[in-house]
Amino acid sequence: MKILVCITHVPDTTSRISFTDGDTKFDTTGVQFIIGPYDDYALARAVELKEQQGGSITVLNVGGAETEPTIRKALAIGADEAIRVNAEPGDSFFVAEQIANVAKDGGYDLILMGRESIDFNGGMVHGIVGEILGLPSISPVMTLDIEGDTAKMAREIEGGKEYLEVKLPLVAGCQEPIAEWKIPNMRGIMSARTKPLKVVEPSGDATNTKLQKFERPPAKGDVKMIDAENVGELVGLLKNEAKVL
Amino acid sequence: MSILVFVESSEGQVKKTSIEAVAYAAAMGGDVTAIALGNNIENSELEGLGKYGASKVLHADDERLNQGVIQAYAAVIAKAMEDTGAEVLVLANSSLGNPVSARVSVKVDASLVSNVTDLPDTSGGFKVKRSIYTGKAFAVVELTKNKKILAIKKNAAEVKETGGSAAVEKYKVTISDNDFGAKITNTDKATGEVLLPEAEIVVSGGRGLKGPENWGMVEELAKELGAATGCSKPVSDMGWRPHHEHVGQTGVKVSPQLYIAIGISGAIQHLAGVNSSKYIVVINKDPEAPFFKAADYGIVGDAFEIVPKLTEALRAAK
Ligand SMILES: Cc1cc2nc3c(=O)[nH]c(=O)nc-3n(C[C@H](O)[C@H](O)[C@H](O)COP(=O)(O)OP(=O)(O)OC[C@H]3O[C@@H](n4cnc5c(N)ncnc54)[C@H](O)[C@@H]3O)c2cc1C
Repeated sequence: MKILVCITHVPDTTSRISFTDGDTKFDTTGVQFIIGPYDDYALARAVELKEQQGGSITVLNVGGAETEPTIRKALAIGADEAIRVNAEPGDSFFVAEQIANVAKDGGYDLILMGRESIDFNGGMVHGIVGEILGLPSISPVMTLDIEGDTAKMAREIEGGKEYLEVKLPLVAGCQEPIAEWKIPNMRGIMSARTKPLKVVEPSGDATNTKLQKFERPPAKGDVKMIDAENVGELVGLLKNEAKVL
Repeated sequence: MSILVFVESSEGQVKKTSIEAVAYAAAMGGDVTAIALGNNIENSELEGLGKYGASKVLHADDERLNQGVIQAYAAVIAKAMEDTGAEVLVLANSSLGNPVSARVSVKVDASLVSNVTDLPDTSGGFKVKRSIYTGKAFAVVELTKNKKILAIKKNAAEVKETGGSAAVEKYKVTISDNDFGAKITNTDKATGEVLLPEAEIVVSGGRGLKGPENWGMVEELAKELGAATGCSKPVSDMGWRPHHEHVGQTGVKVSPQLYIAIGISGAIQHLAGVNSSKYIVVINKDPEAPFFKAADYGIVGDAFEIVPKLTEALRAAK
């Protein structure tokens, strides 16, 4: 089985989010970058599927040279080779088109990625890739098993889940509990250094949106503390001050 | 401007989030047509969309669309955009709407933005504000294509009842077997519950509640408030609560009027899922719990004493 796992290179979930250049650029000062947590789930499941069924895992990232440590981490976790499309990830459409162009002739049975990136939270790339390639796209996928040429999946819906069966190949946007995040071991880290990482130039430059500026949410007011012996006061505040009851 | 709104239903009723999408489209100004798929929606529900500003509702009442098959839905909606000459498609962010709209955007060559939080600014281009970094910031983006698709976040528009009843028209669809490559074999869904992503009040419990057997008091409080129940990630990881209740960075993002957090420490990844709540109440025995910094109201104390008292006080205040 040939699996393509698309990963994002995003600020750690604990990062302080701030902007520079008149609120037009993300401020990377002191920020640690990680594999997108949802992509990390996709990768973990790919590693498990490879263990079960054999095959190979290619990781793909659309990004500048600065994303290579993140790509190496994915190789350390268990991918066999990597491709970096050397371009700024302009918007969902741009990234999806790059992925589709790489995947088009790759003969992949599964194209996995996170349900969304945690920077722009678009949640759209899997669908765009699927439509461009004419393949089914399923997201958000909570479980994924392969039986012969069929993928059996559970997809989260509001208030529950639905179970699906789809013939390979397909595109899936993954989320927990599809697998547990894998922590690279020493051997993985050593071997990642020599695994192939191919850099390719982008094909096309189409985007369909343009970023104008960033904004920070308004600061939160102070918390009002209520005595544990006087819970009724909270009810009063919710009714008369917050007016939410 | 001609606007098409994709409307979802649950148990025969139009979803609240889809009503917001209709209200959003109406507030944009222009001619609003809604489209609903499947024959499992009450006709009166569709007519009722007129109240929120839809002049017409297309009903693709093909039984094969009773289940939300992503590819088939995308095919029908893209065709409807063409047939109605819609320049803009509006829909609510949802587990079905987002993957569907992604495919539609390719079919109709549209600019696509999700998590939209405000009405568009059309003074010079077409710009919208969207939530990014899981609610920790916003971005203003311009949609550069002629056609536009907006997946809106909860509370992006105020729901006002203005109009009357909408004319419901049957909408004939041509869908190929190819669009049904994904077979939905079963669904497993809570019925009659307030859905977490739509809830106006959420009562959420964390690891501080010690075990699944202690959720009775959480459910009782939720019931008293007409609220949905949520939980932190470890709680769903340990199987104390179902996964679809997990709130946060890697779970459901909620935007209720009121979020009540019980025995949740307030890790940044949890806060990422609740930071667009209007008011936050935190109940925690540790006065240093980080959640208090993000709260509007806080009570320091033992949840096992406070929660039943709170339910009691709410009952008494009725
Ligand atoms: C990449 C990543 C993504 C993540 N995504 C999410 C996410 O989406 N959602 C999420 O929730 N977490 C997420 N996490 C985990 C997060 O970091 C925290 O570990 C988690 O939120 C903690 O859950 P908790 O508050 O229930 O438990 P704890 O941190 O253990 O807190 C329990 C709290 O209960 C209080 N308590 C104990 N007993 C009582 C009592 N009797 N009465 C009142 N209070 C009591 C304690 O004082 C404590 O504050 C993520 C982590 C990572 C690394």
